[in-house]
Amino acid sequence: MRQVIIIGSGPAGYTAAIYAARANLKPLVIASSVEAGGELMQTTEVENYPGFPQGIQGPELMINMQEQAERFGAEVVLDDVVSLELAGEIKKVTLGNGDVHEALTVIFATGSAYRKLGLEEEERMSGHGVSWCATCDGFFFREKTIAVVGGGDSAMEEATFLTKFADKVHVIHRSDSLRASKVMQERAEANPKIEFHFNKRVEHIYGDSLVTGIGIVDTIDGTETTMNVSGLFIAIGADPRTHLVHKQLDLTTFGTIAVDGRSSRTNLPGVFAAGDVIDPTYRQAVTAAGSGTVAALDAEHYLAALPKELKERAESVPVSA
Amino acid sequence: MSDTKSVTDDSFQADVLDSTDTIMVDFWAEWCGPCRAVSPILDQIASEHASKIKIVKLNVDDNPQMAMKYQITSIPAMKVFRGGEVVKTVIGAKPKPALEADLAEFLA
Repeated sequence: MRQVIIIGSGPAGYTAAIYAARANLKPLVIASSVEAGGELMQTTEVENYPGFPQGIQGPELMINMQEQAERFGAEVVLDDVVSLELAGEIKKVTLGNGDVHEALTVIFATGSAYRKLGLEEEERMSGHGVSWCATCDGFFFREKTIAVVGGGDSAMEEATFLTKFADKVHVIHRSDSLRASKVMQERAEANPKIEFHFNKRVEHIYGDSLVTGIGIVDTIDGTETTMNVSGLFIAIGADPRTHLVHKQLDLTTFGTIAVDGRSSRTNLPGVFAAGDVIDPTYRQAVTAAGSGTVAALDAEHYLAALPKELKERAESVPVSA
Repeated sequence: MSDTKSVTDDSFQADVLDSTDTIMVDFWAEWCGPCRAVSPILDQIASEHASKIKIVKLNVDDNPQMAMKYQITSIPAMKVFRGGEVVKTVIGAKPKPALEADLAEFLA
């Protein structure tokens, strides 16, 4: 049995792991099989993470965090959690490979999942011109005309990045102003390959085996026009990833996991949550990292108050069990 | 990065299309994080089902002709070939159980 199992390997999960490991709690990090490192693994330059005046590549930042956690004794498993039993003193975590791990505390830091437009053709055309990952797929749109949906930082980053390949990038946003930070907006606005379309929403995706165009509707007068594009990149935000804890943990009206005040304590004793999965507002790498710190400290305090014999059971079993 | 055999634009005909085996081609690139993440899972599937399916890799940076011919717009893209024809396409990095479910008909 473990003292701490951390589920998730973004900035929240790995920062919790660094703190828990330095507190000698030998955390087990369930990092995911194909999404280890989280959302930053699909970004390029991260310019707003403090301590890197020249910026740092997202994947490099996450590999650094993993190494930092491992250096202090965190163990990272590249697998996915398939089920969780969080009630009771001893928590059970079941993985995709069938392994069951027990722990006295669980830190849940699963982040969020890309939001979809909800259009009929979206799933079928995914991978055939519809994409959620500019860094993965931009390469295939060399000298093409493409569209990016969204008005936040990630939409601006994707649009700007995609101009490395595409001849023309249309940014389609449903309201009349962008949510993105000033620096990201200005960079996109200054790019001659980017054209903005405000008060427009994507209503159709056209194409047989590959995307050939989209239908966009004006949100003010309702008129629909067709835009010929060979790619559609969707960057309309993300939803907290809570499906593993439905019916076990209380959620907020935003769909995030409910925590007690500024702490990471959920409604279940010994279960803590951190990062984007509890944050409907800020969702930055650095706020997630801070939130991971809070969770590790809360877990440490909780463990300190547990009966001695329970803690000894966690410590006595070999770490690999 | 892995022991999996690489195929190229030049070797594609002989290695994939003319082969009598069931062959899955993993279209990938160095700069694609999800490709790197799924690579060890493909290695595992290949070694566990060696008698059923062969898995090879094609680097889309170095081999643009095949990437274009098979209309790759998103990677990782995994295409199963039998008798020179694509019989299945799986797009995106997925956990091992999900990939095995997608490929079930070729692994049984």
